[in-house]
Amino acid sequence: MALEIKTNSVRQRQQTFSNVARRLGSDKPASRYEEATYDLQPDVNFHYRPTWDPAHEIFDKTRTSIIMADWYDLKDPRQFYYGTYTIQRSRMMEAVEKNFAFAEKRGLLSTYDPEWQAMVCFYLLPLRHLEWGANMNACNMVDQGYGAAITQSAMFATMDRLGIAQIISRIGLAMGGASTLDQAKDYWVSAPEWQPIRQLVEDSFVVEDWFEQFVAQFLSLDGLLYPLVYGHFDAIGLERGAGALSMVTEFMVDWQEEISKWADTVLKRAAAESDTNRTFLAQWYGEWTERVQTALLPLAEKVLGPTAKDILASLRESLDKRAMRLGIQIEAEIAA
Amino acid sequence: MNTPNPNERLRKLSLKERYAHLTRGLDWQPTYQDKKKIFPFTDYEGIKIHDWDAFEDPFRLTMDSYWKYQAEKERKLYAVIDSFAQNNGQMNISDARYINALKIFITAVSPLEYAAHRGFAHVGRHFEGVGPRIACQFQAIDELRHAQTQIHTISHFNKFFDGLHDPLHMYNRVWYLSVPKSFFEDAITAGPFEFLTAVSFSFEYVLTSLLFVPFMSGAAYNGDMATVTFGFSAQSDESRHMTLGLEIIKFMLQQDEGNVPIVQKWIDKWFWRGYRLLSIIAMMMDYMLPKKIMSWKEAWEMYFEQGGGALFNDLSRYGIRLPKYHEVAKAEKDHYSHQAWSTFYQYSHASAFHTWTPSEEEMTWFAEKYPASFNQLYRPRYDYWAKAEADGKRFYNNGLPQLCQVCQIPTFFTEPTDPTRISTRTKIYNGERFYFCSDGCHDIFEDEPEKYLQSWLPVHQILQGNCGGTTVPEVLDWYHLNQGADNFDYLGSPDEALWENWQSARKRVIAS
Ligand SMILES: [Fe+2]
Ligand SMILES: [Fe+2]
Ligand SMILES: [Zn+2]
Repeated sequence: MALEIKTNSVRQRQQTFSNVARRLGSDKPASRYEEATYDLQPDVNFHYRPTWDPAHEIFDKTRTSIIMADWYDLKDPRQFYYGTYTIQRSRMMEAVEKNFAFAEKRGLLSTYDPEWQAMVCFYLLPLRHLEWGANMNACNMVDQGYGAAITQSAMFATMDRLGIAQIISRIGLAMGGASTLDQAKDYWVSAPEWQPIRQLVEDSFVVEDWFEQFVAQFLSLDGLLYPLVYGHFDAIGLERGAGALSMVTEFMVDWQEEISKWADTVLKRAAAESDTNRTFLAQWYGEWTERVQTALLPLAEKVLGPTAKDILASLRESLDKRAMRLGIQIEAEIAA
Repeated sequence: MNTPNPNERLRKLSLKERYAHLTRGLDWQPTYQDKKKIFPFTDYEGIKIHDWDAFEDPFRLTMDSYWKYQAEKERKLYAVIDSFAQNNGQMNISDARYINALKIFITAVSPLEYAAHRGFAHVGRHFEGVGPRIACQFQAIDELRHAQTQIHTISHFNKFFDGLHDPLHMYNRVWYLSVPKSFFEDAITAGPFEFLTAVSFSFEYVLTSLLFVPFMSGAAYNGDMATVTFGFSAQSDESRHMTLGLEIIKFMLQQDEGNVPIVQKWIDKWFWRGYRLLSIIAMMMDYMLPKKIMSWKEAWEMYFEQGGGALFNDLSRYGIRLPKYHEVAKAEKDHYSHQAWSTFYQYSHASAFHTWTPSEEEMTWFAEKYPASFNQLYRPRYDYWAKAEADGKRFYNNGLPQLCQVCQIPTFFTEPTDPTRISTRTKIYNGERFYFCSDGCHDIFEDEPEKYLQSWLPVHQILQGNCGGTTVPEVLDWYHLNQGADNFDYLGSPDEALWENWQSARKRVIAS
């Protein structure tokens, strides 16, 4: 009898919310990602202009030159909403904790080749400031961006960058306590090798177009920096007995792979939308990547020596290829 | 490195120091770009901060523990939501009238969670101090959580009941939903310090229990275990948000004496804005919960007059007094919920939730809880409407109400000194006359007229033809209001029919 109630009287009258059904084309079961994302951001009938930006509405498509017929086309291939995001990150963090515990118990982060330790302090620890800068840029996308699809992913990235900055800080604390972090901050603020990078980060804070900021941060800067630091620098570390360091930075390697899927999907879709979008994306990508490549060179030379230039050039080549796959071609290549 | 035993030194770091290294230590003084250009919104409200480092981090949370704790909570919450759906938990609620509280919630509250998410992202990027910036970022992602978990919880109810199907579309259009929408947009469009005073302090710290208790205890009393679960799951987030609210107020007050009058003005404004917004909750609490928790009046006394009184006592050492017009709220507590419900009763044909005349049992409860007002003023009204309904003439008001220019509620509240006279205030500005529900709203307008003359007032918009047409059905279509299902009285509604059907099926099962 209980079963009969279920089949006879407990029939569902709707499968999903009407706004989701309109987007799916009919009323059918929707995913949690879809229900948590579509149309979440108000788009019309705003009451007041922001006192801090009277030229725009509260949420305003014209804060970027990118034009999308539907901003909800910029979906997240990971289908992250808050629940799936936090669960995924807590899993990744569990692995980090295990690796930290392993390395710290044996003092592995402070017992390898002292010369290389000093180098790690120089190249890795200042990145916690760079990540903090990336945190601000991602947060700015949440503030200025349009549509819950891209802004929620940017929110997750905001917290990711804070998390990464904290992992790097913990590495510094494990290497030599608080003074090591102070030393690294000195490098960030005054070592000549770091200044072009810091300048680039500070310049990225004041970029007016949030989509340009997205390209600058997640494609140009991350696209060269991550493989350089966590790939090439790390490879030398392995030769010099710093294997434990690779373990505690694994999060960043995995994360970069994952976040690139998001950035690539979004950029590819935005580029596919129109020639105008493609032109803007190519221009931003070209300018920022050029700057990043130049800014990274002194640091790369310090760590890698004379091969740095070639290594950066090859990283640049693969990044250009990646961009091209997304439909972003820098002008020089178009001309050539 | 020349450190023989770093672990030795590590141990010496206190938790507080360690936290500082993992947060404030990340920041640096920019030299390639002007700080004013990076943080352009710090000064324009007139708040003076001399030492950002004096801000006490309200909760020492790092991302590793945030991910861990929040993931644990999400796993539990979604397990409950899933089992609620599998077991047809919607059948175990007290009565289908209760669902109307959820209709208010998903259309009027969940969108505010989203708005809070974006508002905190704005300040989370732009606050000059690292401490408040990080605290705001945590809150920004928390508020996204609240919006999404609420949608996921109520998604199941939407599969059966009306009025829940298009909350985001409705939020941006339906006349009474401009009350919560304008409230939050008012806060978001303000500067960063006013935003925190409005949301973190006035709303989350001072008035939060008046939102939480009606909905979450209401859900518990009425058998809605899914809503109870997301409510309690959000509680630990909320306690962080409340701490931020108190901390930011104290921080502003301690930093400069010149901040005190500015903060007081904001507290006055946002107390009144928040209190007016709560009129919808007052009505929901007294009328939509088949099993009652406490009356609005009791809640107001407990959570504002007593709880708030103690708080403002504490703040008096900074030169802060109770918010202006708190005595009006006190005088209105005998009438607030009844006047709101009576108004919505008349406009049920244009609302995405049902109303009804209260039962005799409920009216006895009201008489007991509201001895100074209910039998005298409101029972006769319900008796009259109930009789009209019995005669087949259920009363609907086909006129369009006058809306308050600030809170956007129809001007139905009465004079604090005379509950038989409607309170209206007017003001001529730039040759145009503006209407208000109260001195509180009038004063808010007077302080920033250029802001409030921008208000998207639903009635004006209808009259100007911006809402789908000139007739009521056209406007309701534009709202996506499913006419004949989402609107009108509960009696005769598809919700009622469905519920009665479940009840009789259940009786048959028990009998067999
Ligand atoms: Fe919330
Ligand atoms: Fe909150
Ligand atoms: Zn008003």
